[in-house]
Amino acid sequence: MKKRSESIRDKLLPAGAFCLILLIWWGISAAGWIPEYMLPSPPDVVGAFIRDFPNLMRHAWVSVEEALTGLVIGTLLAFALACAMDRFLNLERAVLPLLVVTQTIPTIAIAPLLVLWMGFGVAPKIALVVITTFFPIAVGLLDGFKSADPDAVALLRSMNATRLQIFRHVKFPAALPYFFSGLKISASYAVVGAVISEWLGGFEGLGVYMTRVRKAYAFDRMFAVIILVVIVSLLLMRLVNLLRALSMPWLRKAPEPKRKGVT
Amino acid sequence: MEVLKAEHISKSFDSKPVLQDVSLRLEEGELVSLLGLSGSGKSTLLNIISGLVPPDRGRVFLGGEEITGRPGHISYMLQKDLLLEHKRVIDNVSLPLVIRGMKKEEARAQADPYFEQFGLSGTQGLYPSQLSGGMRQRAALLRTYLCSHGVALLDEPFSALDMITKGQMHEWYLSVMRRIRLATLLITHDVDEAILLSDRICLLTGTPGEIRHEIRIEVPRGERQGFELTPAFLGYKQRILNMLKE
Repeated sequence: MKKRSESIRDKLLPAGAFCLILLIWWGISAAGWIPEYMLPSPPDVVGAFIRDFPNLMRHAWVSVEEALTGLVIGTLLAFALACAMDRFLNLERAVLPLLVVTQTIPTIAIAPLLVLWMGFGVAPKIALVVITTFFPIAVGLLDGFKSADPDAVALLRSMNATRLQIFRHVKFPAALPYFFSGLKISASYAVVGAVISEWLGGFEGLGVYMTRVRKAYAFDRMFAVIILVVIVSLLLMRLVNLLRALSMPWLRKAPEPKRKGVT
Repeated sequence: MEVLKAEHISKSFDSKPVLQDVSLRLEEGELVSLLGLSGSGKSTLLNIISGLVPPDRGRVFLGGEEITGRPGHISYMLQKDLLLEHKRVIDNVSLPLVIRGMKKEEARAQADPYFEQFGLSGTQGLYPSQLSGGMRQRAALLRTYLCSHGVALLDEPFSALDMITKGQMHEWYLSVMRRIRLATLLITHDVDEAILLSDRICLLTGTPGEIRHEIRIEVPRGERQGFELTPAFLGYKQRILNMLKE
């Protein structure tokens, strides 16, 4: 029964830490050390969340749609580029350093440019999500392709396998754990990316909502929307974990120490 | 009948000679060991025979047809079983057939009857991670057999196993070989293993590697239960060790 008690402990400890932080927060606001308009108490935030729930959901749906669309496009582009880089070494040499440089450009700095070029619709939001989600997946996949056992590749070559067959049977499955690690990071970036791009203009979405409540000094609703962003990101990461488990059934069968990749 | 023949193989890497005029042949159903110390060019010879690396000089024939530098004719098996973790055992084993263009279902059906013969009954639907080390090697050997064209190259296939499992694998291998006629070139540095399993032993020695000695083991392979504990066995071992030290 050791395993079960371990798993309970693994859940209890973070839950305990979370409750502790919540209590400290509550204590601070109840003691009146910080004025309520600056730091609303937890019940106020929950109240705001419930009162504004339909409104929050409407905005959340818009952001999630942008995030998912961007994530899908980003994943497809990343997959195409990673395959091309794996196939043509010179392409990797030429493009990979550029990719790394683009990652050092702050998202906040490109977002206004995208709005300038693409207007206030969903296009600049999706574009920003694509830009932020593309990199972790492309780099993850590329590393994954390289992680394929060269001896296994040689064995398939000795069977006279084509390049495509080697890719399908050895390289692609080897890259899957890396892909999902990248996808998990990208999924959390996607929501944040959508929200940030909505700050800079738009008609709907959690970022727009955030800007409005900030201007109205409604900090209880500000906190409510922050919590919603966290929840949405966590759900999206959960979804990635589910996809991962479904697409790699062999990992569930493996004895514990042999499990590979990030859970 | 001669199934595999390698003639006058020479190979250098970066003008450093690795193999020098190596010739060997394999009769139908025969097991020949290529015994050599580390760095004697054993693995290079394996790569040349399997067609992955072209030799500088010399030719390789399979059943009379020249296959020098052409992969896809002779399969090999290494110390690492190289089973693909994401495929079930049956799909791992039938992979060579799928690579040749066979439908997945058809390949499975063709591989399935061999599971019992190889002592792998009931493992078809498992993943490799659910098998023990010995069972994984059996599966790898079955995969090798299924794309073998009657000849298999085994490169130190049992050297990663513990002593007991290794002994069991040797016995198992001898018994399987009695049922299937598979000519085998066994590459090894384990003198005991070579004497126990082979019809003939070729000693690959020196740099660049050359075959200077060939020893025939006179005890038939079918009668080698407990052979490793007999004076005859030790006699062979003594001779081989002396030759290796030359």
